[in-house]
Amino acid sequence: MSDNSVAATSPAHHHHHHNPALLHHFATEQQQKDSADLGMWIFLATEVMFFGGLFCAYLIYRRAYYGDFAAASSSIDAALGGTNTAVLICSSLTVVLAIWAAQTARRGLLIVMLILTMLFGCAFLGIKGKEYKDKFVEHHVPGASFSFEHEPIPGHPGEYANPVHAEIFFALYFIMTGLHAIHMIIGLGLFTWLLWAAWKGRFTPEYHTPLEIGGLYWHFVDIVWIYLFPLLYLIDRH
Amino acid sequence: MATAAVAPPVERENYLNKHYGAWSWLLTTDHKRIALLYLVSITFFFFIGGLFALLIRLELLTPAGDLVQADTYNKLFTQHGMVMVFFFLIPSIPAVLGNFLVPLMIGAKDLAFPRINLLSWYIYITGGILMLHCMITGGVDTGWTFYTPFSTAFTNTKIVEAGLAIFVVGFSSILTGLNFIVTIHRMRAPGMTWSRLPLFIWAHYATSVIQILGTPVIAITSVLVVAERVLHLGIFDPKLGGDPLLFQHLFWFYSHPAVYIMILPSMGIMSEVIACYSRKRIFGYNFVALSSIAIAVFGFLVWAHHMFVAGISVYAALIFSILSYAVAVPSAVKVFNWTATLYKGSIHYDAPMLYAFGFLGLFTIGGLTGLFLAALGLDVHLTDTYFVIAHFHYIMVGGAVMGYLAGMHFWWPKISGRMYPEMWARLAALIVFIGFNLTFFPQFLLGYVGMPRRYYQYPPEFQVLNVLSTAGATVLGVGYLLPMIYFLWSMRYGKPAPDNPWNAAGLEWKTPSPPTTFNFEQEPVVTWEAYNYEELDAPQHKQEVPVVR
Repeated sequence: MSDNSVAATSPAHHHHHHNPALLHHFATEQQQKDSADLGMWIFLATEVMFFGGLFCAYLIYRRAYYGDFAAASSSIDAALGGTNTAVLICSSLTVVLAIWAAQTARRGLLIVMLILTMLFGCAFLGIKGKEYKDKFVEHHVPGASFSFEHEPIPGHPGEYANPVHAEIFFALYFIMTGLHAIHMIIGLGLFTWLLWAAWKGRFTPEYHTPLEIGGLYWHFVDIVWIYLFPLLYLIDRH
Repeated sequence: MATAAVAPPVERENYLNKHYGAWSWLLTTDHKRIALLYLVSITFFFFIGGLFALLIRLELLTPAGDLVQADTYNKLFTQHGMVMVFFFLIPSIPAVLGNFLVPLMIGAKDLAFPRINLLSWYIYITGGILMLHCMITGGVDTGWTFYTPFSTAFTNTKIVEAGLAIFVVGFSSILTGLNFIVTIHRMRAPGMTWSRLPLFIWAHYATSVIQILGTPVIAITSVLVVAERVLHLGIFDPKLGGDPLLFQHLFWFYSHPAVYIMILPSMGIMSEVIACYSRKRIFGYNFVALSSIAIAVFGFLVWAHHMFVAGISVYAALIFSILSYAVAVPSAVKVFNWTATLYKGSIHYDAPMLYAFGFLGLFTIGGLTGLFLAALGLDVHLTDTYFVIAHFHYIMVGGAVMGYLAGMHFWWPKISGRMYPEMWARLAALIVFIGFNLTFFPQFLLGYVGMPRRYYQYPPEFQVLNVLSTAGATVLGVGYLLPMIYFLWSMRYGKPAPDNPWNAAGLEWKTPSPPTTFNFEQEPVVTWEAYNYEELDAPQHKQEVPVVR
């Protein structure tokens, strides 16, 4: 009943608050912050199920067409994917440091960390774009010009991947990484707003809820990538 | 309370008259106004869906396919299903009555996220416009289930448009559920503990959990369908290495729990209405509350009972069959507890209670025939027959819509500040009940003797039952038109409603009718248990009835 005691100990009307961000229907700032936090966690639960449908499809076809998936997976540049993984882990660190900067009233550091986070985000998308371009050049984009002939199955000399099944891999690859990239772009939009608000000095050690829920979102998108990377890039690499 | 009888010139300020003008509605963040925006929108789609139903029943009046062509008929039942499921049934009770009542019942000024609440309505409207666009430009003929590979590789109808509409409208459902969960956790008034929550709130909590966990799966499924259709991918198309069963699993993972999104809020209304008109605390409060959660949990584990004949393994089918039996247990817990609440209650036969009685009977028939279908052997015989149609209409229309109407009548005085005409309302309840049974009971018989669903013509020996069904649909249509007419009428000519016309328990009845914009002048402090009807009625009895007889 911890959440209930918040309301119980609060005055019925909010006389004492000085934060213009406190909305009329909340009794206290703590209640508003707890609501925002819980709201973001629930949204992330929705996101887990959203990506979950894709992971389910991936696992089923990976099991059914393992060799073809391994061959297709080996054609993606794991070095680029690995770099991107490192980039995103760094961006998660800068998000945490940004929140710490807000908690300790370091406005300058907060702004630097937000900018760094966004730069890492842009770097990720740039590298992703390079990967997509490579796939396009190699005719690995599903569709009319798709081609995956005579690609050996790793560990099975003399056997070649079935292009029809490899195309399913690439379809899932583009849909999964594409949806992830869309989430990254939304995250960049979110962080642009956070940067603007930080610039205006909106965030204080007492009030920085938007940073926290923006950070939660960013970490979630990173974690999705932490799963995507081994599933898509490392099927049969030792 | 009857001061308004002589039409006072000064009306008390409330959420309806505080602001005027279109923008005061279109930009409102007041949960009560958003509830009314939803009410108008879902009513619009209800009548569109109803129109399709009417055309279906007219076609089936005669054995020959004479009113419409086969192609048109396919579109009629598809659009009927899509509109009714995604644009009426799923948002109906949560987005209208839930939106209006959740903050009022727990003593909050608004939902936790009022702007997200408004956003959810705009998303709903966007999805609705996309669906209208889909229908106007030709519609879809796959059935509302849009099974692959027919939907992705064969049909030449508007799958992409429909998929987009369903994708979009899902987010309005997710945001409503998210808002309710946070509100119920964080916004309860002091003293409003979990065990004092009205069961309507418990039901909406369980519904919201399904909405946030199930809806994203149908969203990603429609993304995959659209991607496969547009880009000719092979995710579900067996010709390209895909697995159509995967589509069915993903589709029913949402679409079976979606049935509980429709029925759980209706069950919440039942608990409120039955307790009030029996003047008793609900029997087995804890069991009724937790059975909502149990339905939400079990509801996620039964989806493949839609696929018994689709080629899933026998062992999977066995397990899903047993789990489908299991989900009947919490539903039965509810029905028995409501019945036990009636026992020795002081029962009043007001219109909401008549609808509630209708629910009890119809939901029980719908639930029990669900067990017929959960039985593996019998399901093989009944799959894709009118027995299935009758079964789920008993749940969705006999259950969900009856509950919705019970709730609309029960809370109409609070929503509008006016009383509806009681005799008309009782008459409408009777007409709906008779019309419903006349429409759908013959379909059980038709299905059992083998009439398949989704055919526009049938052998002549099925005609008598089909004529009965079409006649019933006409009666049902009248039954649904009546409340719309007298609700509208009452907004102008109805008697002004007192704050608590039914002498009901619950915080919402402690607000004025209609409530002010922020619901409560003072944050309420709750010191009583839910449904304290014995307490509410006690003082009068003490005064009126002498102790010694």
